[in-house]
Amino acid sequence: MRHIISLLVENESGALSRIAGLFSARGYNIESLTVATTQDPTLSRMTIVTAGSDKIIEQITKQLHKLIDVVKLQDLTEGNFIEREMMFVKIRAEGETKRSEIQRLSNIFRARIIDVTDSTFCVELTGSGDKLNAYIKTLQDSDVIEIVRSGSMGITRGEKALTL
Amino acid sequence: MELSGSEIIVQFLKDEGVEHIFGYPGGAVLHIYDAIHRQDDVKHILVRHEQGATHAADGYARATGKPGVVLVTSGPGATNAITGIATAYMDSIPMVVISGQVPSGMIGSDAFQEVDAIGVSRPCVKHNFLVNDINKLAITLKKAFYVATTGRPGPVLIDIPKDITAPHIKISYEYPKQVSLRSYNPTVKGHPKQIKRAAELLLSAKRPMIYSGGGVILGNASEELRKVTRLLGFPITQTLMGLGAYPGTDKQNIGMLGMHGTYEANMAMHECDVLFAIGARFDDRITGDTSKFCPKAKIIHIDIDPASISKTINVDIPIVGEVKQVLTDLYQILEQSAEKPDQKALKNWWTRINSWQQQDCLAYDHTSKHIKPQSVIEALYEVTGGNAYVTSDVGQHQMFAAQFYPFDEPRRWINSGGLGTMGFGLPAAMGVKMAFPQAEVACVTGEGSIQMCIQELSTCLQYDLPVKIINLNNRYLGMVRQWQEFFYEKRYSHSYMDALPDFVKLAESYGHIGIRVEDPADLKAAMQEAFSHKDRVVFLDVITDQTENVYPMIQAGAAHNQMEISPVHKKRLGSINPEGELS
Repeated sequence: MRHIISLLVENESGALSRIAGLFSARGYNIESLTVATTQDPTLSRMTIVTAGSDKIIEQITKQLHKLIDVVKLQDLTEGNFIEREMMFVKIRAEGETKRSEIQRLSNIFRARIIDVTDSTFCVELTGSGDKLNAYIKTLQDSDVIEIVRSGSMGITRGEKALTL
Repeated sequence: MELSGSEIIVQFLKDEGVEHIFGYPGGAVLHIYDAIHRQDDVKHILVRHEQGATHAADGYARATGKPGVVLVTSGPGATNAITGIATAYMDSIPMVVISGQVPSGMIGSDAFQEVDAIGVSRPCVKHNFLVNDINKLAITLKKAFYVATTGRPGPVLIDIPKDITAPHIKISYEYPKQVSLRSYNPTVKGHPKQIKRAAELLLSAKRPMIYSGGGVILGNASEELRKVTRLLGFPITQTLMGLGAYPGTDKQNIGMLGMHGTYEANMAMHECDVLFAIGARFDDRITGDTSKFCPKAKIIHIDIDPASISKTINVDIPIVGEVKQVLTDLYQILEQSAEKPDQKALKNWWTRINSWQQQDCLAYDHTSKHIKPQSVIEALYEVTGGNAYVTSDVGQHQMFAAQFYPFDEPRRWINSGGLGTMGFGLPAAMGVKMAFPQAEVACVTGEGSIQMCIQELSTCLQYDLPVKIINLNNRYLGMVRQWQEFFYEKRYSHSYMDALPDFVKLAESYGHIGIRVEDPADLKAAMQEAFSHKDRVVFLDVITDQTENVYPMIQAGAAHNQMEISPVHKKRLGSINPEGELS
């Protein structure tokens, strides 16, 4: 099953490689990993999307917790949470028909066109992974020049929070 | 006081109570070596290869319980140390490795003797640190010792760029007495409810089994283990790493378990209804096929490391905490409990176990004209009165030592169990001898293993470390040969050691005594002679039977009751039926 694990880690060089290394060394699956600092500059917040049986997920959380750089950890999938991913798509957009078609589709998905040239659009879209996939499906493969996805971020709903 | 980085390192080691460090100098650590030269409190032992330094520090740590300390230079110094660091990591041995690094400004430039020691060591350390500010040097050293020695212990590496140790940059130094890490707080006390549940399950057992491991030794809980085991009157089996935590000669001890465990221990594992695992991690050499492991048992597991709980085997009552503390709490509950173990059931259980014991699974052929490796270990036991520190390398000799030298005290049996590192034995023995100069220290090895770190014979001479080397020389990589005999239709691919050195002359050229023995009749006298030279290293080269195998053996994928038993065992007792009982 797919799990989203949120971590607070020491904002130190090497922390990221320890975590990435743990996944490769123990053969755990890693779908995406995002990391950036928090309001406390000594801490980074990381979101890891992974998949595995309950037994494997239990091991992943325990092994992550064992790393000295990991301060706190939460499996978001155990409660209510919000998940978002951001994407940039650079699309070949030549001719009036195609350009208006892309604009129309982007409106439906509430995507924003953030860069325009005579021959291309760059579109920004935020949502669940499924939504991003659905948007990509509406495009012709040959029109997609470049896709950049952030990987998922997650946060719990309500009062509950991952803080020190 | 105002000190340079190098002086801080040395002063810190002294303040931390470190008496010995094992190392090898080189460009990036020359400042540190200069600071070592200017004092007498911390004694440095110059090894002949950095692998030897890590194994020696490891042996020192295993024997004393104190962290082993290693000092190596950058690049090849650090990479040579890796095998020893990984060995310590797999067996959870407290160790601090200080590696020099190229100057901060040159990191990443592919400088001479530069290697990313943090990256290279990362998968085999508990933690590592790069010191990039001299002001953080002392506190980082403190953190390293704290992390290495607390919780589930392990090796910690500190990489120190050369500029941090420069003699002309001095800062004020004060020994950091305490340190805390917000992300690291090992659990000490076990959950009271879980301990109570464990006590209830233990008292309800009809066919109980205690399975104890290296964690008991690491956690200095040998006394507590003895008290609980004796109070309950249950049979106990110990892992390769746990030997000596409970006395090997005690009647409640039914021997080692696992791949080369005793018949009685493995049968009891298979038949037990309650398994009490203490500081053991259900390693694959213990469990065999996990789907057939202890099929009838409810399992209690005490471990300091939550990640060890239900990693390979699901347990019913997990208790996370220090073994010593948990066993103390458990003992109190058991002692005060009105309920006592079911004596009738226990008596029946012991009757069954005794019948397995009577099969004498370790029996071997005493009529051979060749020296049997088992008889060498028996002679070693006899001559040392069972009181020696015994280190070993890896292979058949290691298993024979574990089977035929019952240890009555913890920290006496020193071997690389997890990583299985050939070359461990001799440097580890040096480390033990450095810690306990008056004790008898024997390294049981083979002609394959000993050659992997044989250069340390030179260190033994320089620092007057009169260890005894018992070389079971069968001219084969014995365990490899055994597997090839069993599983590769006797195709002995590259397991034969041709062109061996004359070990007697080799020992002599290193300034030691070499003795060769080939006739079984001469064995005991040779062993006595070896130990009669109190102040000398003696290399006892014992030419042993090339065909001997280690039995019993649980093959890969088999259950505990499906052991391959020795030809002697078979001849005496007939074959074993599928249920594991005698037919």
